[in-house]
Amino acid sequence: MASSIPASRTDRPVSPWGEAWRRFRRHRMAVSSLGVLAALVAAVVLGPLAWHMPIDALDFSATMQGPSAAHPFGTDDLGQDLLARMLYGGRISLAVGIAAMGMAVLVGVTVGALAGISRGPLDAALMWLTDLFLSLPQLPLLLLLIYLFREPLKAVFGPEGGVFVMIVLVIGCFGWMQVARLVRAQFFSLREKEFVEAARALGATTTRVVWRHILPNALGPVIVAGTINVAAAIIAESTLSFLGLGFPPDIPTWGRLLFDSKDHLDIAAHWALFPGGAIFLTVMAINFVGDGLRDALDPRRVL
Amino acid sequence: MGAFILRRLALALPSLLGISVVLFAVLALAPGDPFAELATNSNVPPEVRVHLRASLGLDDPVALRYLHWLVAMLRGDWGFSFISRVDVTTLIWQRVPVTLGLIGASQLLALAIAIPVGTLSAVRPYSWFDRIASTLALAGFSLPTFFTGILLILVFSIKLDWLPFVYRSDVEATGWAAVVEHVREAIMPVAVLGLFQGAGWTRYVRSAVLDVVRLDHVTTARSKGLSERVVITRHVLRNALIPVVTLVALQMPTVFGGAIVTEQIFRIPGIGSLLIDAILRNDTPVIMGVTFVFSMLVILFNLVADLLYGLLDPRIAYR
Repeated sequence: MASSIPASRTDRPVSPWGEAWRRFRRHRMAVSSLGVLAALVAAVVLGPLAWHMPIDALDFSATMQGPSAAHPFGTDDLGQDLLARMLYGGRISLAVGIAAMGMAVLVGVTVGALAGISRGPLDAALMWLTDLFLSLPQLPLLLLLIYLFREPLKAVFGPEGGVFVMIVLVIGCFGWMQVARLVRAQFFSLREKEFVEAARALGATTTRVVWRHILPNALGPVIVAGTINVAAAIIAESTLSFLGLGFPPDIPTWGRLLFDSKDHLDIAAHWALFPGGAIFLTVMAINFVGDGLRDALDPRRVL
Repeated sequence: MGAFILRRLALALPSLLGISVVLFAVLALAPGDPFAELATNSNVPPEVRVHLRASLGLDDPVALRYLHWLVAMLRGDWGFSFISRVDVTTLIWQRVPVTLGLIGASQLLALAIAIPVGTLSAVRPYSWFDRIASTLALAGFSLPTFFTGILLILVFSIKLDWLPFVYRSDVEATGWAAVVEHVREAIMPVAVLGLFQGAGWTRYVRSAVLDVVRLDHVTTARSKGLSERVVITRHVLRNALIPVVTLVALQMPTVFGGAIVTEQIFRIPGIGSLLIDAILRNDTPVIMGVTFVFSMLVILFNLVADLLYGLLDPRIAYR
């Protein structure tokens, strides 16, 4: 084995992250997906600076027109520019995805770490809770929560902020279970390892052992699950908007655009195809990146 | 066997109770109360309202209200729909068969895709077939059901005009013509849900088969001179399906979510579209009832998975 490694490499230590990056690059679809994702993020973040068309300018002389120079993605039934609306909606869809993932990871890591470090009744109770959440019918409950809590949150955070906070909270509440199980499993194997025992023998407190020694080593699967979670959250948000129960009608998220377009499929197919394609492309790119990360961060795999 | 089923049922009870607590907590924490309709109605005098609240036990402590609610739910007393003034149970039972039919047919389609494709991929890992199948599976699993539904409607109903895009239970034809018409109506919804699930499961089946194919008993079977087909179906697949059954059961909540969306797109009169209609019209008793039914279905499917697990894996004893 050693003879196959070039001499110049042997004396240069490779950091774990460098090693992961080397393995990630081998997954071609993942690397190109990362490019697609970067382009999508750049488009929704920087796009509105370059494309000045307002999202709510009505133009009844140009309703439901296909793509043209004036409107690259066409217009909807009120003559509003779809490119501008999609750039705006994309920001919200991506923001919801990332925020809900953050929440799911936070809850999942906390629950998983607590269960993993404390044996006995607390572990059993937390795992029962996790299993309970896994067997809840998510979409019906999401719809129920939104139905019941939409008005009060609107009063506290304003129409857009209220719905945003609620959707992130609710989607995050249903996404943490996988992370919790992964973290717990990692804790179970890591806490018996020699380096943890060594840290304990040196007098490290449980908190320090968890923060400095176990959590950093349990991070790999969490990153993968978090990535997949972003995709799941984007789909969940689009589903809610598609059912007409997500953001209010004047906020054109991608799911909302699809919802509005579905009664005009025969005349304005582009209206459905662009936002639907955007959701598909984003989710697929994220899933491929997740696949690549799994290959890169799985320490058992040797490539 | 009977005792095993009873024991599994006993284990399912705490989950059912847990779900009922979650549901009730959501309802109890929700601002405003279900009688807002009566409270804002100026035709209802205040003293009648107070009397109503007392007679319905709305001012009792939370624990007592939960008990009352749970007993009522268990006795099948789910209240009346605010909108159609019909028993919630009647309304739901009319629609459950449609939803179960849709889910059942699409699950069969999904398994019919996932098991052969996943197995073939895993038997020749990193071959061209595997690469194409894995890429397609990931793409299919990234296509949300609402977009696949719209795409199918665009292609098969609008461009080609082959299939109807609205599901109608009152078909004009009779006899075989009616059956054909129902099948034509069902093709797209079943395909939408089945392809999505099939894509996800193909990945599970592939990784499960990959895990089993390397085991020693498979090498033994091969060295005995068994044909590859027998090795794969009898020795690999049977073992690989055990974890897949668990994953299929874990996916049930997602499947129901997909069913709600599919019913909504194709206007299928199942409990999913009933739920959406009820939400859009603020019909609280129906919303609660449908959510409860979905929860029970999830638990039921988990139970079925447990039993299947025992059937597939003789190492699990029916103790």
